[in-house]
Amino acid sequence: MPRYFTEEHEWIDVDGDSATIGITDYAQEQLGDVVFVETPQAGTQLAKGAEAGVVESVKAASDVYAPISGTVTEGNTALEDEPELVNSSPEEDGWFFKLTVADASELEGLMDEAAYETFCEGLD
Amino acid sequence: MNQINQSGWKPGTPIAADHGGDYPTVTGNKALMLEEPLLFELGTAETCGVDLPAPDPKASNRLGPMARESDIGLPGLSEPETVRHYTRLSRQNYAIDLGLFPLGSCTMKHNPRLNEKVARMPGFADVHPLQPVDTVRGALGVINELAHWLIELTGMHGVAMSPKAGAHGELCGMLCIRAALEARRDVRQVVLVPESAHGTNPATAAFAGYEVEDIPAGADGRVDLQALKARLGPDVAAVMITNPNTCGLFERDMKAISDAVHAAGGFVYCDGANFNAIMGRVRPGDLGVDAMHINLHKTFSTPHGGGGPGSGPVVLSEPLCPYGPLPFTARMEDGTVHLVEEENADQFGHTHSFGRMTAFHGQMGMFTRALAYILSHGVDGLRQASGDAVLNANYLLRSLDDVLDAPFGDAGHCMHEALLSDHGFAEGMTTLDVAKGLIDEGFHPMTMYFPLVVHGAMLVEPTETESKATLDQFIAAMRSLAERAKAGDETLKTAPHHAPRARLDEAHAARKPVLAYQEVANG
Repeated sequence: MPRYFTEEHEWIDVDGDSATIGITDYAQEQLGDVVFVETPQAGTQLAKGAEAGVVESVKAASDVYAPISGTVTEGNTALEDEPELVNSSPEEDGWFFKLTVADASELEGLMDEAAYETFCEGLD
Repeated sequence: MNQINQSGWKPGTPIAADHGGDYPTVTGNKALMLEEPLLFELGTAETCGVDLPAPDPKASNRLGPMARESDIGLPGLSEPETVRHYTRLSRQNYAIDLGLFPLGSCTMKHNPRLNEKVARMPGFADVHPLQPVDTVRGALGVINELAHWLIELTGMHGVAMSPKAGAHGELCGMLCIRAALEARRDVRQVVLVPESAHGTNPATAAFAGYEVEDIPAGADGRVDLQALKARLGPDVAAVMITNPNTCGLFERDMKAISDAVHAAGGFVYCDGANFNAIMGRVRPGDLGVDAMHINLHKTFSTPHGGGGPGSGPVVLSEPLCPYGPLPFTARMEDGTVHLVEEENADQFGHTHSFGRMTAFHGQMGMFTRALAYILSHGVDGLRQASGDAVLNANYLLRSLDDVLDAPFGDAGHCMHEALLSDHGFAEGMTTLDVAKGLIDEGFHPMTMYFPLVVHGAMLVEPTETESKATLDQFIAAMRSLAERAKAGDETLKTAPHHAPRARLDEAHAARKPVLAYQEVANG
């Protein structure tokens, strides 16, 4: 299952026409203790780059953007009660939402793991 | 359960008669610390605190379809019940008049009572900005006198008095810079903001229409001068720099920075929110600053936070003065003070103003208080106030840096605030836990998680207000909390234990506030 990354520090797992989206380990490390997460509701239509949710830590509140266009099939409701999952398991249990991919060609501009690692090194 | 809300308390949770004490009481009160219900829980629909005549049954209903159809359920309380409710609530509040307020970056000084007395004088308190100018010459004189002292203390050329707070002052300064650049048909697009600047600086630059670029800090927490110089060029409109910076350090290269920016054709904006650390000792004008706001509510002791509005006059260099906002005051040779507005700006040679920041003159109540502070202290008193503020912060820093990590502790003396970090805490222990522990010890928590460049930052600003005895008590509390955090004391994770409420879910309280009364089924 290929995993893509964005410059906004989101990861996207693509499985057929379904995609799972979350924020990266680098992002959660920068944010610090996450205290609140808002995920989009099933059925929400998101255009690429649209605001999809909110993540708030003790330091700051940030928007989470849809890295590709699609229709939300599920938000991770576990994060409502356990926002700390974003810290403890950012790239697995702490996923934010799933959507059906509207246009697979939008994935082409995204980074793979190696490219993202290089991108983050450039930020430090 | 959410980690941050260990107690599980939320609005509507029934209050246990024994909230954690060894000696439970029937009422839930702890001696004179009273449990206070909501007004809706106190009152009933039948009680009424006002003696109203019975409605005239024969009176016609003129409301038609607008008439209320059902009871809206407002609680009724007698006057003593109402008075006691709000007085009890006020006792649960914390204020600078109760004790130390160590919030870094906020400068919670004592508000001298003399200032309050002056601000309440009817000639200042009861004037209206639309009153005929001839009836408020005294009030205008106060504005002019304060303007004079702000210029004198900063070594600048002029001052715009009207901005209403720090960030409003920043915007005023950046609009002056933009107006000056536009007047010379210069299309510079970039504003450089060092990492050590206040968070409002990049927001202000963006709001004023500029692209913002970061300048990194050096290992000593100060602006990297070489990185800054390397980035300067014909596209850089200004540099916004905070001095002393958010790490509580004085930017020693300020003059070199200003010279380099000026040589490249740009302007220097200085965030003066921390001017209280250098007041009476350093004049920003001598450091080449073109515009700087002064937080009267910090440096000059006027109330803020929950206690009053801010005020952020902006001092300007000679090249920027012609572009400053209206209105302003001017003292004539015969001693009278004039208000300079659009219709008479020509007469005063002020033809290039970018406009107005506010409808009227600014925060009069803050002007009177700030002037009272300046005149009652005198130049020697102001110099001692900034010196004492810096001494207090260094005393705190050096009394804690053996038990807590001080990120820039090796960079020399700090200025008015001491910066500490969570480095060395046991796994799972956080800055938030220490802050909550401080509440149990009877202190308002310090500023936490700011500045962002320091992990788990704790920023403590004692100001000149605090005595050594108070500082020693605070130090003892912090040392104890530091040891507990390093030892992984689990009881710190659930602090505060002695407050009327345990740890609240602050994120949900802010995100999903319950603002209307909701009756909770008794369970």
